[in-house]
Amino acid sequence: MNPEDIKRPENKVYSRPELLCDVSMHYCPGCSHGVVHKLVAEVLKEMGVEHNCIAVAPVGCAVFAYNYIGVDWIEAAHGRAPAVATGAKRLNPDRLVFTYQGDGDLAAIGTAETIHAANRGENITIIFINNAIYGMTGGQMAPTTLEGQKTATTPYGRRVDLNGYPLKISNLLAQLDGTCYVTRQSVHTPAAVRKAKAAIRHAFESSYSGHGTSVVEIVSTCNSGWKMSPAKANEWMVEHMFEAYPIGDLKNTVEK
Amino acid sequence: MAKISGAVEINRERCKGCNLCVVACPVDVLSLQPKEVNDRGYHFAYAAYPDKCIGCASCALVCPDSCIEVYRVVEK
Amino acid sequence: MKEDVKLMKGNEAIAHAAIRYGADGYFGYPITPQSEVLETLEALMPWETTGMVVLQAESEVASINMVYGGASTGKAVMTSSSSPGISLMQEGLSYIAAGELPVLVVNVMRGGPGLGTIHPSQSDYFQAVKGGGHGDYHFIVLAPSTVQEMADFVGLGFDLAFKYRTPAMLLADGVVGQMMEKVVLPPARPRRTEEEIAIQCPWAVTGHSAHRKPNVLTTLELDSAKMEVNNERFQRTYRLIEDNEVRYQEYYTDDADYIFIAFGSIARICLKAIEDAREQGLKIGLIRPITLWPFPSKIIAEMSHKCKGIMVVELNAGQMIEDVRLAVEGRVPVWHYGRMGGIVPNPPEVLDALKSHIDNA
Repeated sequence: MNPEDIKRPENKVYSRPELLCDVSMHYCPGCSHGVVHKLVAEVLKEMGVEHNCIAVAPVGCAVFAYNYIGVDWIEAAHGRAPAVATGAKRLNPDRLVFTYQGDGDLAAIGTAETIHAANRGENITIIFINNAIYGMTGGQMAPTTLEGQKTATTPYGRRVDLNGYPLKISNLLAQLDGTCYVTRQSVHTPAAVRKAKAAIRHAFESSYSGHGTSVVEIVSTCNSGWKMSPAKANEWMVEHMFEAYPIGDLKNTVEK
Repeated sequence: MAKISGAVEINRERCKGCNLCVVACPVDVLSLQPKEVNDRGYHFAYAAYPDKCIGCASCALVCPDSCIEVYRVVEK
Repeated sequence: MKEDVKLMKGNEAIAHAAIRYGADGYFGYPITPQSEVLETLEALMPWETTGMVVLQAESEVASINMVYGGASTGKAVMTSSSSPGISLMQEGLSYIAAGELPVLVVNVMRGGPGLGTIHPSQSDYFQAVKGGGHGDYHFIVLAPSTVQEMADFVGLGFDLAFKYRTPAMLLADGVVGQMMEKVVLPPARPRRTEEEIAIQCPWAVTGHSAHRKPNVLTTLELDSAKMEVNNERFQRTYRLIEDNEVRYQEYYTDDADYIFIAFGSIARICLKAIEDAREQGLKIGLIRPITLWPFPSKIIAEMSHKCKGIMVVELNAGQMIEDVRLAVEGRVPVWHYGRMGGIVPNPPEVLDALKSHIDNA
């Protein structure tokens, strides 16, 4: 069949999510953020909550997330998104409230806000992008940077005797009584993308229905920061990141 | 036996030529333009072998810029 | 609830007034000498009556960001703290100013710098009136000197904050926070409905975007030209506030040869000193700024044409005196008397200080 004959509206099986704003994202080519944005946009629309949703953007590469997903957004100071989300959710308890944060934002400067929001069991979802590096500021060491990994501030590789260990903050969060669902996913293959989407949906539904804090860590690439091609970065992630940050549910108290 | 045929529509101006769709495609339909670039200078993806497409949407799923739309028909 | 006459601490009055104003939320962290605000709110359980949210945060950093999140949705949200805690909040306060959010922040000042003392002070004047955090901004700063004003300025602060879409600060000292006095609590009014908030605050990030474009509350603007436009808008608001919202009180200024300028609790001590001095034949008056920003420069300038000298009395090393000197422009001597570290002077001490300045002039 001629491809042009196939391209009819009735044959369409995949299109750009409606909730994704019709603009080009500022992210580098191949960046995982774009895929996760797409999944969040799809899930919000499929749940029918796009007009009852408050999202909180971080400081980091995703600072402009509010330009890409067409819901109400608050842009938080670096690391403070869980506290900002707490204020928004407590005063608007019937809204779906989520934060979107990177590893530096969530696991370094915002550790206290993250741990305590989760420990209070705030009914918010935290979407956590772990790419083991500070992307926005030019590729410096993150709390999640792997041992031996070269970054702009660990040019000879991260040394645990100097910089401590890669922080497995999702494991920490899973220990807290306030979290209902903590999972670690990735978006490097079509199958992984499907699983990540299901995880985001379960997280949103669990917190929206009042079960406590949900956390979806997406083990991601930063090919610019890692100084690799996007495809090579995916391979490197599978080979190195998955050992420190294995994929799968860390905790789930809500029936899927 | 039913034959599944697919087609992709790529927004060439939105594409950043990251190549992830090319890697994800199970039947090697896609390729990056070897010479031609879009307005922003990227070697954008295109269907080099469109007849092979099965409309599985793997390319679209992994596309960070949501610039691929997928169509599929089942021919009897 | 009608008007209600009670005997209570200034900190307690703030809590009662907030509930009666119809505040939507309070987020705070304990610190002496203002912990009674949070304690009183928790004891009164307003979430059972008005629906007001009260939450003890894990830090002042968190509480000010909870305020930021709540206020972004158009709700009337407040926090309170004391000096070291207010220092921790400065990042959030700068974001709140940049976000043009109508919030109320209470600082019951204690002596610093550092961990300092838990005793009363006014040494956060600069921090409060000059901005405090990064960037060009102001809070409307109200300085209560009685428990009654602690109660009244909660409503005034919120009203001004919403009128100008700008944050307000209630800058009290430990004396006013801890002192018990008679207070007439304002009549209670209901919290605003969601519909009222949507009309009053069309910018609010309510999440209800079905019939409008999504609202985004951000303080980021990478385009310098646009960021300058934002700053110009802030400055226009500040000029408007300076033109319309200066508040002060004058005492015995009609025939005064000398003027005290003092705010908060120390103004009351000055007033007692003035009464003692008048018995001795020394004519002193008092100007008590109620708004520290905008500062009552005009009345001070006018007074400097009529009097022989001005003494600024503060619980610090000399902070408000800089704004007084800017207003006086050298027309008459401007002296300072201050105590630090949590020491509060008595009226004879203040009067003696003025007399020695007069003798040496």
